[in-house]
Amino acid sequence: MDTADLSTIWLTLKLASLTTVCLLLLGTPLAWWLARTRSRFRHIVRTLVALPLVLPPTVIGFYLLIFMGPQGMLGRLTESLGLGLLPFTFSGLVLASMLYSMPFVVQPLQNAFEAIGDRPLEVAATLRASPFDTFFSVALPLAKPGYLTAIVLGFAHTVGEFGVVLMIGGNIPDKTRVVSVQIYDHVDALDYAHAHSLAAAMLLFSCASLFLLYLWNPTDSARKFSL
Amino acid sequence: MTRNFFQLIFLLLSLCVSRPGSAQNGQTVQIAVAANFAAPMQQIAASFEVSSGYHVAISAGATGKFYAQIKNAAPFDILLSADQSTPTQLAQEKFAVPKTQFTYATGKLVLWSATPAIANVGALLKSGQFKHIALASPTLAPYGAASIETLKALNLLEQVAPKIVQGESIGQTYTFAATGNAELGFVALSQVWKDGKIQSGSAWIVPQKLYSPIHQDAIILTHGVGNPAALALVAYLKSDAAKKIMHSFGYE
Repeated sequence: MDTADLSTIWLTLKLASLTTVCLLLLGTPLAWWLARTRSRFRHIVRTLVALPLVLPPTVIGFYLLIFMGPQGMLGRLTESLGLGLLPFTFSGLVLASMLYSMPFVVQPLQNAFEAIGDRPLEVAATLRASPFDTFFSVALPLAKPGYLTAIVLGFAHTVGEFGVVLMIGGNIPDKTRVVSVQIYDHVDALDYAHAHSLAAAMLLFSCASLFLLYLWNPTDSARKFSL
Repeated sequence: MTRNFFQLIFLLLSLCVSRPGSAQNGQTVQIAVAANFAAPMQQIAASFEVSSGYHVAISAGATGKFYAQIKNAAPFDILLSADQSTPTQLAQEKFAVPKTQFTYATGKLVLWSATPAIANVGALLKSGQFKHIALASPTLAPYGAASIETLKALNLLEQVAPKIVQGESIGQTYTFAATGNAELGFVALSQVWKDGKIQSGSAWIVPQKLYSPIHQDAIILTHGVGNPAALALVAYLKSDAAKKIMHSFGYE
């Protein structure tokens, strides 16, 4: 593996970590709301969250390219804020990855929150815990297996992202050239030796993360989120 | 009930086997086409199908990728490459028939922007007043290599390098520029040229002296040996009817 390959690994890890952290921050309130609400809108929100599971990455990539472009809504907004356009940037990849990996974080969290049920929360309330306190001292610790699943799946799925990055990344070294794109380039250029070393690393990483997930977390919330 | 079920299965299977719209004599030629030649090839294939009765199945993409696929037994009968070296190499490696190689078109490079009415696109490139410039991967696509050659000839490569975004084929490069995400893009003239003029946006046709001519060669692959449809299509590509379509897309 040469320095170019190593830099794609570093970039991929950076992208996956940042995406996972952002998704946990955003996904926690969303999953909590989805788990507890009776709102009419819950089905539509659930649909939107699950959509990246079934959409081909080409659809997500194509629409993001247009949506983030100079004619797109988000593109106009970021430009008027002086941030420039998001395609071909690292921030653009983080945003795209958040969308792409969202169900892998939100769904395990939602399952974990649902599994807690009303009872522990009611008990906490009778002990005069504020809703905030209840969430942090009761719900969060009980949902720990869900968080473990969300972190591992969100991270691993982002590392394995390819189609969306290819379509909006522009293949720029140190900015948008992630491992999966580098492997694709190596294969196309018939540089099978380099392709092999990166691909094997990717295979080992994916195996190890799923194995550790099932080893640490053989609970219902991990199984409920069937892959 | 069971009978209905089997009838349904039979119907579905027969749908899989018979292909609606395939030619009367049933022969299909499966071709791999360099992305820059995809649009003219669609037209050429349509008129070829009418005149010959054969069916053409087109796959468009980067030449470098087709090379890897053909070496791994992809079922293509003909390769319409974006360069000359790929067919030559395939012939040397016994994946293609050497005698059948010929130049079907000579492509032109154009610097294109989706923004209409830019007075001088070449001057815009030199001024550096842009954030991104798209070009095809120089290792995979001949138009990408020609783009780098042009930038070197203009002494602009170093200055422009941080702004380069790479498409994996000339097709994706065009998408980056067409959506406006890259203000400029080195694309094939055939992608923006129709009937004697630039169809949309603004363009600078790169002078031929800045890059080596992009001679595009076709070759019959080992898989296509003995397929009469492949021979007929090769003959048709050399015909005046096909040349006329190529000219209308800006090829020589």
